[in-house]
Amino acid sequence: MTSVRVNPDALSVLDRPNSYIGKTVPRPNLERLLQGRGLYVSDIELPRMAHVVFLRSPHAHAKIVGIDAAQARAMPGVIAIVTGQELAAVITPWVGVLSHLKGLKSAPQSAIAIDRVCWQGEAVAAIVATSRAAAEDAAEHVAVEYEELEAVTDMRTALDPATSVIHASLGDNLAFERVHVAGEVDQAFADSDEVVETEFIFGRHTGVTLEPRSVVADWNAAEARLTIYQGTQAPHMVQNIVALHLGLREAQVRVVCKDVGGSFGIKVHIYADEMATYALSKLLRRPIKFVADRVESFNTDIHARDHRCRGKIGVKRDGTITAFEIDDLTGIGPYSMYPRTSAIEANQVVNLVGGPYTSKNYRARARVVFQNKNVMCQYRAVGHPIACSVTEGLVDLAAMKIGMDPLEIRRRNLIADDAYPCGSPSGLRFEKLSHHASLAKLVKMMDYDALRAEQAALRKKGIHRGIGIASFIEVTNPSAAFYGVGGAKISSQDGVAVRLDAQGSVICATSITEQGQGSESLTAQIVGSVLGVSTDRVRVILGDTDMTPYGGGTWASRGAGIGGEAALQATKILRKNILDVAAVILQSTPDELDIANNAVVNASDGAPRIELNELARVVYFRPDTLPPGIQPELMATKHFVPREYPFAFTNGVQASWLEVDTETGFIRLLKHWVVEDCGTIINPQLVDEQIRGGVVQGLGAALFERCIYDERGQLTNANMADYLVPMSGEMPDIDVGHVVSPTLESELGAKGAGEAGTAGAAAAVSNAVNDALQPFGVTITEIPLTPQVVLTALGRV
Amino acid sequence: MPISLQVNGERVEANVLPRVNLADFLREHLKLTGTHVGCEHGVCGACTVRVNGEIVRSCLMLAVQTNGTSVETIEGISDSGEIADLQAAFRDRNALQCGFCTPGMLMAAQDLLQQKREPGRDEIREHLSGNYCRCTGYQAIIDAVESTARARMGRTP
Repeated sequence: MTSVRVNPDALSVLDRPNSYIGKTVPRPNLERLLQGRGLYVSDIELPRMAHVVFLRSPHAHAKIVGIDAAQARAMPGVIAIVTGQELAAVITPWVGVLSHLKGLKSAPQSAIAIDRVCWQGEAVAAIVATSRAAAEDAAEHVAVEYEELEAVTDMRTALDPATSVIHASLGDNLAFERVHVAGEVDQAFADSDEVVETEFIFGRHTGVTLEPRSVVADWNAAEARLTIYQGTQAPHMVQNIVALHLGLREAQVRVVCKDVGGSFGIKVHIYADEMATYALSKLLRRPIKFVADRVESFNTDIHARDHRCRGKIGVKRDGTITAFEIDDLTGIGPYSMYPRTSAIEANQVVNLVGGPYTSKNYRARARVVFQNKNVMCQYRAVGHPIACSVTEGLVDLAAMKIGMDPLEIRRRNLIADDAYPCGSPSGLRFEKLSHHASLAKLVKMMDYDALRAEQAALRKKGIHRGIGIASFIEVTNPSAAFYGVGGAKISSQDGVAVRLDAQGSVICATSITEQGQGSESLTAQIVGSVLGVSTDRVRVILGDTDMTPYGGGTWASRGAGIGGEAALQATKILRKNILDVAAVILQSTPDELDIANNAVVNASDGAPRIELNELARVVYFRPDTLPPGIQPELMATKHFVPREYPFAFTNGVQASWLEVDTETGFIRLLKHWVVEDCGTIINPQLVDEQIRGGVVQGLGAALFERCIYDERGQLTNANMADYLVPMSGEMPDIDVGHVVSPTLESELGAKGAGEAGTAGAAAAVSNAVNDALQPFGVTITEIPLTPQVVLTALGRV
Repeated sequence: MPISLQVNGERVEANVLPRVNLADFLREHLKLTGTHVGCEHGVCGACTVRVNGEIVRSCLMLAVQTNGTSVETIEGISDSGEIADLQAAFRDRNALQCGFCTPGMLMAAQDLLQQKREPGRDEIREHLSGNYCRCTGYQAIIDAVESTARARMGRTP
């Protein structure tokens, strides 16, 4: 029978009867996507809408001598051809810096290049026409005269005095440098039995969202309002930036985000061509649509990683790690991206290296340099794959040097599960992590000893399989410490408004956004659980700055942890308000009542008292029947931001089992395991699928993905046939397990889960490859691990 | 050029430029936006449709080539109920996240299930290897196709 409770609040709001928390519930928005009835930006058409195509620089670095568009202007369907100078009348340039990244500098960037182009793919003119095809035809007839300038392409020589400076006003090509020292590093290395040092190389890669970046900007001159349809992770950030640079008030800008065809951090930024599209709509007083084609996507979607990192580790013979040291170098293109900047990744690398381990001695330097390549910025798991690969690569090299099993060295050095709260040498604060419990679970899931035995048996037959382990920590639930303190108007709080409608269903507007993670689902699950209604009665609205509370959106693994808590708190208030009015109607007290199965029930025995639709009918249509002075409030809004910890760190560990063909250099992934701890799990299926999807993005970086530039700054593989991404045939099955350490910062206890998979996948694969190649006495510390890289290491090419 | 064809069972008469590809024709002329354009060079599989029962990349086929044919898109095979079980399996297994690849993925999966009654996981992976999904990591998709195949076997002994 029903449980008996004296005080309904004594039980957690998450443990209520019929709670959806911790249950797999299908996402409410899937049916429309399954039937091809979603609404992506590329599907949107508006009256009088014109299409823009950008003519882009073929040179990595060149002076624009002149643009002759006379012939193109006469082409059929052409509405306007707009240069950077002309567009500057309606939009101001920007500089991508943040004040808390001390010393970070960048140059003013324009929506369309003026006088000079700084990477191959930078827009030099906008061609607006009645159709995209007409605009593309006309673009071929715009004549641009360039004077080529020396292109700075190799980040290793970008700071040399002999290398030309891309932005003379900045004095040099150094965008940002951070040095961090903790403990007694030199002494620790001197006291070590072994010191291992090597260089790790990470290929530049990109997000390859299946739906390219797309914008429809609609300036209504009569309303003096700009409506922007865009697949963005951060609608309010877009609203703020657009208003700032188009000279509008935020109230004049509405950002609407419908279905988004993949994002992964690619769509959390604001790109120059998007800025140009907003400005063109204002200039031409009509809706303008921009949809990047695939070549443009490769040339202009932010790239990521591209690091060269020297790493050093000291170890005692008993396995104790004494110190870590890194010297990281990354090239970010010609500008720091706006508004989040391109220094965050290197900064994260400094923060995260050595993070899972107890060693207190740490020295790090990171340098971020300009180059004439496409811009680089934050992509899923920012900095984590670099930090994890360096850390875990070094740990394995140290283990190999002292002849210790990779599991054993980790057991001896991972921070103990009962040591929290504690801090890291880089200044991070950990509330509660579970490295050892996670590792123990992983070992069991993968049956480590059996795999080792299988590996040994196969090795005798000339089959080279390897096991790779990678522990990691991950930044989630960021507070204002990420962007706000540096002056960026990017909200770290999120808000949720819930209201009971006139038929007893719930409408919930949240400031987090949906790009397929399941934001809609997790919000409905929380609201339904806390209120006591079924999720089919909860409609979630998101992605509209006119309709939702103000908030940050969905990025940095923050949607569930921050937006979910706001939903929980708002729904608690709505529940109280409903019980208050129910008590009046039923001549009872709120304490004696509860809500379950879409009805107000007795708290004592669960007996139904009044259906929510009946309560709503009374409140909305017959308030005259309520006692005087009673004004029910069937809508509640709450906001949330973590205040105690700047970030809610999660942790986990991954393992890869693979086979290296030493004749061809091909690597076959056989199996992958992940154990991670994201605190409270709202929907196990959604969490697992975030992990799996994240892992596969990491596997892409490990094996295939690389933007290949030549020495003149030309991207040579800007298409999906030459830029390889993981396809189903090459990917392994991935087993996912969990340890649950809820954060106490929120009642919900959820931390983020969206990036953990990407954080450690490449490190696990690299370690597995080196494990497989042990009989050959070679180690590889470069990704992607293409057949050529493998064969080169083996001395076979 | 004038063309005449069947689209999702309805007769369509249209005048198209010779250079218009089938994907753009479906999306821009007929407003069937369930067919998605991901790469425009035949690699990603998002624009997969059926022409006379065979799956094709609609970005690699010209609209004029479909004259006299029968074209089926995700909207058509959803409304007919042909893949209702496959769609339900995708939903239950969360075999889609952003959903952009999904119409093409469903087209390719149904094609496999029509060719082979109970494909193994490796065969499913192989058959779907021309359809790019950036979100899921594929495992959920493979699971959904596998369970649909099993369920269909159970229905038709």
